[in-house]
Order: sequence, then structure tokens, then C-alpha cells
Amino acid sequence: MDFISILSIFVLACFVGYYVVWSVTPALHTPLMAVTNAISSVIIVGALIAAAEAGSPTAKYLGLAGVVLASINIFGGFAVTERMLAMYKKKEK
Amino acid sequence: MIFSILAGAADAASTPAWVPLAYLVSGVFFILALRGLSSPATSRAGNRNGIIGMLIAVATTLVTHDIANIVEIGIAIAIGGLIGFTIARRIAMTAMPELVAGFHSLVGMAAVLVGWAAYLNPGAFGLLVDGAISPVSKIEMGLGIAIGAITFSGSVIAFAKLSGKMSGSPILLPGRHIINLGTLAAIIVLTGLFAAATGPAATLPFIVAVTVLAFAIGFLLIIPIGGADMPVVVSMLNSYSGWAAAAMGFTLGNTAMIITGALVGSSGAILSYIMCRAMNRSFISVIAGGFGADDSSGSAEPREQRPYKQGSAEDAAYMLEQAEKVIIIPGYGMAVAQAQHALREMCDVLEENGTEVKFAIHPVAGRMPGHMNVLLAEASVDYDKVFELEDINSEFAQADVAFIIGANDVVNPAAKTDKSSPIYGMPVFDVDKAKQVFFIKRSMGGVGYAGVDNDVFYMDQTVMLLSDAKKMVEEIVKALD
Repeated sequence: MDFISILSIFVLACFVGYYVVWSVTPALHTPLMAVTNAISSVIIVGALIAAAEAGSPTAKYLGLAGVVLASINIFGGFAVTERMLAMYKKKEK
Repeated sequence: MIFSILAGAADAASTPAWVPLAYLVSGVFFILALRGLSSPATSRAGNRNGIIGMLIAVATTLVTHDIANIVEIGIAIAIGGLIGFTIARRIAMTAMPELVAGFHSLVGMAAVLVGWAAYLNPGAFGLLVDGAISPVSKIEMGLGIAIGAITFSGSVIAFAKLSGKMSGSPILLPGRHIINLGTLAAIIVLTGLFAAATGPAATLPFIVAVTVLAFAIGFLLIIPIGGADMPVVVSMLNSYSGWAAAAMGFTLGNTAMIITGALVGSSGAILSYIMCRAMNRSFISVIAGGFGADDSSGSAEPREQRPYKQGSAEDAAYMLEQAEKVIIIPGYGMAVAQAQHALREMCDVLEENGTEVKFAIHPVAGRMPGHMNVLLAEASVDYDKVFELEDINSEFAQADVAFIIGANDVVNPAAKTDKSSPIYGMPVFDVDKAKQVFFIKRSMGGVGYAGVDNDVFYMDQTVMLLSDAKKMVEEIVKALD
């Protein structure tokens, strides 16, 4: 993809983020941080590529280390978000 | 027609055309994940969408690369997954701020590792143009590594401060603003030089220098910031972790990473803004640090002793029994004392007695945005009894009792009246309008993080309950029975 297409996606996504995040209820700001943490670990995509491709052994091990760190975040982030969200209850009337 | 587009695109590039589409779909799922958080009712579905988005992104990456070492990758995911899952299961809800800070540091470090891997093996990432990495890619790479490194070291310090492994008070180095600005400028210049240089021998020293300086600046930026400003810091680092992912997304031309990075980046920025607004402080003044440092007003000169009323659990129980409407204001002290469960019990007893009980949450209560809400949810307090500052502040005039537990600065009327106060202009709860105020506090010694005295202690209708928050609430519950 050329730079301008990527930049367009980025700028539009910033606006989407702006409006979506303002609509998040303040009561859920902690789960919001936990889930954004989990999804920002999509950086695992880069780590997987580095770990998978032949060429540089150093890059491979850096990639594998990145996969471990990002996995901690992905599993930990989604699991802790789920745990928190399960606690938000309304009394059955 | 769509098939011909897909086939055509597939001929043109080495990657099949469905691949960018899959990453785009993954990005859309991430947007839906955040959208779900607009209400507790839809939030869990939102979290599932996030998981689906992540599965799509990982699966797409795995099937489109010739993976020579799937076993090692599987082991890496299993190790990370197990650690992450175990932490998520075991962590106490009161420890959520440090957990989030710790997780941010991992994203930052992962960004540094990916950036370095891309630098060492550009061919794998499709970054080679005529046998070299283009200057634009190198700028993106340098920025990604720099932001990732700042996120890492900054989050490590935030983690250490929040978990009590390091003192929460600001550490002020002489000339720190000049050091920080100089380091930031050096990082930008070195990234430019890195982009301009060609060949591994010429580029290596620059990228090493960028990485080292970025680790250093993350550390330097966070050490002067005090404990009370941690909600802003945690939000800001949240934002940085997003920008780091976005920068890597630019390097790799990956839509899912760019969308996610932009979402997380804006999310953290908005939360920082909300926190700053709730303290009436500018983002710059928070980042400059030093708030609540020992040299600030209050602790320097001895405060005059003013008369205050001290009460017992029985006194409080008696008044609470008579009350028709009670508003509870929890703060960080409630989290420290783990008093949320006892508080819920008290609330149950009062409600059985026919009293209306509401909770009032200040945006900066606790150590991260929404910290109090999670703790109350953990103690099974219904979320429709929990209100934000602007929704409940007008109700204090009708309240029989304002019950303050572990909060201080957020109820200090000096924020409204005293222009010289460091917290002047911060929106606060109008507890002085309530008929009766109970204030649970460990002792009369400490005066909140802003280091300012609080007139609420000395009001006619205030009764100070000096004790550990949890113990006091348990005693009140006993006395109510």
C-alpha cells in the first residue's frame, strides 16, 4: 500500500476512535483501558512475521520474544476485561 | 465483479488480495469492541468482538507466511498465553492500575522488538526497495521503536510507583526540563539521520542511539510525576502504546495495526484529557511533574489546630438509621483498605431499612479512570446506583448524609473558593450542602495528595470517623444490626 492510503486509514481511524471512545460510559473506563491494551497487542502480527521468516536468526528470536510478550497481553488483557465486565450487574427487578 | 478485482489485485502483488481485506475486517471488529463499552449491557459482546478481531489478525498472518518454525511460535504463544491468563485470573481488582501499567510496558517492548526485527530482516516484512529500506520506512521504524521504548520504560516506572515498589512521591532532578527536551530533540534528529543513512554499518549506530535515548526519556518523564497524577500517566501511556502499534502498522503497511493503533491512541488521549479536566490542570503541567512534591505548600508550615468533632461507629450507625437519603463518596483510601465489600454490606442494611443509597464517583477517584466503579462492581453494587460527579452533585442538598470514605481532595471546598489553593478550579462534590457529613479517615495527620487542608473536617455538620476504612464500616454494620 502506498503511504497516502495508509495515512488516510490512520486519520479516519483516529476520528472513529475519537467518537467511539467519547461514547464509552465513564463507569467502564477501567475495562476500556484493559481492552485497548489487549487489542494494541495486534502488534503480534509483526512479531509473528519476524519469527516465521528465515533470513536473520537474531530477528527470529526478537520476533519470538515479541510473540511471548504480546501473547501475555492478549490473553491477560481479554481475560481480565471479561472478568471485570462480568461483575457489572444490575439487580433483577 | 468483485472476484475479478480480487484476482487482478492478486496478480499485481505478491500477497493475495483477501489479506488486506482480512486485516480490515479485524480492524472493524476492534472498533466494535470499543463500541460495546458504551453500556455495561453490551460490553461483554464487545470484548468477544475484540477476541474475534485478534483471531482473524493472527490467523491471517500465520496462513500467509511460509512458517518454518510453527512449533517454536506455538510454544511462544502458549508460554505468553499461560502467563497472561494466570495473571488475569489471580490479580486483585484493587491492583488493576499497576496491572494495566505492566501490560502497557509489554506492548511497548513488543513494539521495540518488532521494530528491531524489521530493521534486521527487512526482506521478511517486504520493506526492501532496490535492496535497501526506504527512508520513509526507516522514519516509521525509528518512531515506532522510540515510542515503544518510551512506553516501556515509562510504564515500568508507573508500575513500580503504583504497586508501591517505588515511592509515589515525585523525584525532581535539577534541570530536568532541559534534559528532557534535549533528549527528545536528540531522538528526532537521530531518527532523521537514521533515515538519511544507507547501509547497515551507517544506520546501526543511529538506531541504537534512538533506542537507548528513548528508554532513558521514558524513565525521566515519569519519575517526577506524583502518585495523585497517576490516572493521567496511565492514560497517557495507554495512548503511547497505541501510537507505537500504529507506527509499526505504518512500517508494515498493516491495516489492522493502524486502525487499532489509532483507536488506542485516541482512547488514551481522551482519557488523559478527561482526567486533566477533572483536576482542572493542563496536560503540560501534569507532564512537567512535581505536583504533590515535598516542597509544595501545606507541609512546610505547621498547620493551626482547628476544632473538629470525632464520632464512633455507633454515632454513625444511629444517624444513618434515621437518614432517608445517603450518598457515599469513595476514594483511593477505600481501595487501599479493601473496604468495598464491607461498604456494600452497609448499603444493603440501609436499603432494607428503607434508606435510599447512592454512590458518587469523581473522575479522578482512585489511581486510574473508572477504578472505583470496578471495585464497587466487584463488591456487587448495582451499577445503576453509581453516579458520576455532574449527575449527582445537585442531589447533596437533599441528602441527609454524605458518607466520605477514603476520598479527600475531591470534596475540598477550597477548590471552589480559595484561589491560592493548588486544587483551585477542580470540580468537587458539594458535600457541605448535605445535612450531615461522615468522613472516614485514618488520622487527622494526612491531608490528601494535594497537601492542602480541608474545611469539610471542621464544619458543624461533620463527624470525623478516625479509623481504618474497612474496620470502621464493619463496625457500623455491626452497630446497625
